[in-house]
Amino acid sequence: MSSRNDILTAIRANRPKVERALPAVPLFDAGAPGSLLAVFKESLTRMGGLFLDPPAAGDHLLPVREKIAAAKVVCSTVPEITGNRGIAEVRTPHDLADVDYAIVRAAFAVAETGSVLLHDVSLKVNAVSYLAQHLIVLLDPADILLNLHHAYRRPEFRERHYAVFHTGPSATADIEGVLIHGAQGVRSLSVLPLARGAASGRQG
Amino acid sequence: MSRDPTPSEGTPAAGPAQVTASQDRDAIYRSGRRLDHAEGASRPLRPAPEKQPRGARIHGDRPIDQAEAAARFIAAPEHEQMHDARLWDLRQKRDREMHVIPEWETLRALASAIKEHTLTHLDEYLEQFETQAQSNGVHVHWARDAAEHNRIVHGILRDHGARSLIKSKSMLTEECGMRHYMASVGIEVIETDLGERIQQLDNEDPSHVVVPAVHKLRTDVAEVFAKTIGTDPDNSDVHYLAESQREATRPLILEADAGMTGCNFAVAETGTVTVCTNEGNADLSANVPKLHIASIGIEKVIPRLEHLALFVRLLSRSALGSPITQYTSHFRGPRAGGEMHFVLVDNGRSARLGMEEFWTSLKCIRCGACMNTCPVYRRSGGLSYGATYSGPIGIIIDPTFNARKYSNLPFASTLNGSCTNVCPVKINIHEQIYAWRRELVKQHEVPFVKKAAMKAAGEVLSRPAVYRAAVATANAALEHLPRFVIYNGLNAWGKHREVPHPPKQTFHSWYQQHRGEKP
Repeated sequence: MSSRNDILTAIRANRPKVERALPAVPLFDAGAPGSLLAVFKESLTRMGGLFLDPPAAGDHLLPVREKIAAAKVVCSTVPEITGNRGIAEVRTPHDLADVDYAIVRAAFAVAETGSVLLHDVSLKVNAVSYLAQHLIVLLDPADILLNLHHAYRRPEFRERHYAVFHTGPSATADIEGVLIHGAQGVRSLSVLPLARGAASGRQG
Repeated sequence: MSRDPTPSEGTPAAGPAQVTASQDRDAIYRSGRRLDHAEGASRPLRPAPEKQPRGARIHGDRPIDQAEAAARFIAAPEHEQMHDARLWDLRQKRDREMHVIPEWETLRALASAIKEHTLTHLDEYLEQFETQAQSNGVHVHWARDAAEHNRIVHGILRDHGARSLIKSKSMLTEECGMRHYMASVGIEVIETDLGERIQQLDNEDPSHVVVPAVHKLRTDVAEVFAKTIGTDPDNSDVHYLAESQREATRPLILEADAGMTGCNFAVAETGTVTVCTNEGNADLSANVPKLHIASIGIEKVIPRLEHLALFVRLLSRSALGSPITQYTSHFRGPRAGGEMHFVLVDNGRSARLGMEEFWTSLKCIRCGACMNTCPVYRRSGGLSYGATYSGPIGIIIDPTFNARKYSNLPFASTLNGSCTNVCPVKINIHEQIYAWRRELVKQHEVPFVKKAAMKAAGEVLSRPAVYRAAVATANAALEHLPRFVIYNGLNAWGKHREVPHPPKQTFHSWYQQHRGEKP
C-alpha cells in the first residue's frame, strides 16, 4: 500500500492553503412547466429518440407490437410483452448478440434532457440494452422528473450497482461531424408512455 | 463484349466531340469490361484527395515546434477549413444551449466552487471514495505514475488470463501510453469509440479530447479503413464507414476477455464511477466481458451525487452543445459473477496541486470547449501540439509533465481569453498561459527572440502611459513602414496573415476627445 500512502502524503503536503467552502446546490425547479410529458417528448426527439404515441383507445401496446412484428429475435424484460428470447435463460451477454429488439422499463425519466434511467435489476443482463439492434422503453408518465437535480436524489443511484441514463440511441459524429445513429449500441430508441400495470393480464 | 458499330471505332479520336463511350478510357476502366493489364491511366480517374497533414515532429525531449506543424496544417486548406468550421460549429451549438439555461452562470460558479473545495480536501474525498468502493465490492488500486498504472492494469489482466481488452476513450490511458505498453506484453487493446478507433488504426494520437479524429477528412478515414478493416478505398461515405467499423468491431467486443473505461466523475459518497459517452461503447466495454477496469485520475473525485447533477448538466452542453451525452453511466459495483477494479492515478497531479498559479487547472472536466473556441487550435489541429493534451487546457497542463519539451506550447495562444469565458469550471486559462510564459522564461526554457519580446512587452504593459505612447507610435509606424519591416522572421504574427490595418486613433485618445472633458 505504499503508493497509496505516497500519493495521499503528497496531496497533504501540496494542498492549497486556502479556504473553499462546499456550496449547497439548489434544485433549480422554479417555473416548472405544466406538462412534464410534453417537455420530455420534445427533449427525447431532439436527442434522436422516438416517442410512440399510444392509441386513444384499445390496445395501448399497439405501437410496440407493430414495431416488433417483423423482428426475428425479441427479448423482453417486461411483463407487458412476451418476446421469443427469454432474458431469464440468458447465461452470458453473448446470448444476446442476435437480438433485434429489446424491451425494457425505465425506472424514471428526466424532462430536461429526455433521458430514461435503466438499471441492473430491471435489465437483468445489462448488455441487453446495447447489444440489441433496437431498444423500446416503457415509461410510466408519472415517473417523469423535471431535471437532473431531482433525478440524482433518486434512490437508484445509492442502491443499484449499475444505473444508466439513455438519451436517444447510440450516436456518433466522429467523422466530419456527420451524425450517425447506431455507432456501437442500439440503432434506435423508442419510448412508449405506459403506466405500470396498465396492460397487465394482456397476452403479448 | 459487344461491338460498338460507330464509324469512329478504331480510329484516333480527332476531338472530344467524336469520342464514344467505348473509346473513353475512363468509362471502360470503370465498367470493368476490358482487362487493363495494369496500364496507367493518362490522367487520374478522380482528383486525388488532399493528403492529411501529420502532427508535430517529436525528437525525444527537444522542444516541440508547434508552429512548424501548424504551418503544415494550414498548408492543407481542405483540412484546415473543415477543422475550423467543425469546431466553430460546436462552439456555436454550445452557445445556443447555454442561452436557454437561465442559471448557466450560476452552474459554472457552483461547479468551480465544488471543484476547488474538493481539490483543497482531495485526500479526504479520495479516502472516502476508496472506502465506499471497497464496501461495494470493488478492488481499488493506487498508481503513482503512468508506469505503475500500466503495471497494475497488466497485473489484473494477467491474473484473469486476459489477452484482449476492449475499452472506451480515456485521456488518462493516452497520458499513460497504455496501448503501447500492452502491445509490449502481448495484450491486444481494442478502442471502441469510433474516433479513437480511427486514430488507433492509423497509429496516431487523438487530436481532441472529445472528438479524437476531428482533424481527419472522410477521405482520410476511408484510406485508413481500406488498409485496416478492408473497406472500399473509393467509398468515403460516412454512413458506410461508420457501419463498416461497427460490423468489424462487434465480434471483437463479443470475444474480448476484459473491458476498460475511463471516468468522468468519481462520487465519493457512493463510490460511483460516472462515464459519459455518446456511442454506448463504454457500456459495452463494461457490461460484456466479466472483468471491468476503470482508470481514474485522482482529480476526478467530487463529493456527492447532488454535485454530479451540476457537472452532467455542464459537460455535454459545453463539449458538443447537446443537453446530455446519449449515455451517462453509473458504475457502483460489479455484476453478479463479474469483477470490478478501480485504478486511481496520480501521475503528476499531486505535484500540480502544489503549484500556486496552476493548481486550478485540476478543475478541468475535459469538455474541450476551450479547444473549440481557440483560434490557434482551430487552425493548427490538435496534433501540432505534440502532446497528450492540446489547445488552451493542454498548453497549461503539458509543461507540468515536461517543461523543456513543451516549452513552446504556452506561446501558441493569442491570449484573447475566449477559453476562460467558455470554461464550465471557470479555469482562468489565458492567465495561466501567460503565467507559464513567465515561468518558462524564469526556467530558461524560452528562446532569445521570444524572451526579448516578452521582456519589452512586460515593461511597456506595466506602465500605462508608456503603453499608450507605444500603441500610438506602433499604429503610426504600421501605416508607414515598408512590408519587409513588418513581415519578417521575427514577427510570428505576420506569418500566414496580414497584420490588421491600424486604427486612425487609439481608443484612449478617442475617449479623451469625446468623453474626457464631460463630467
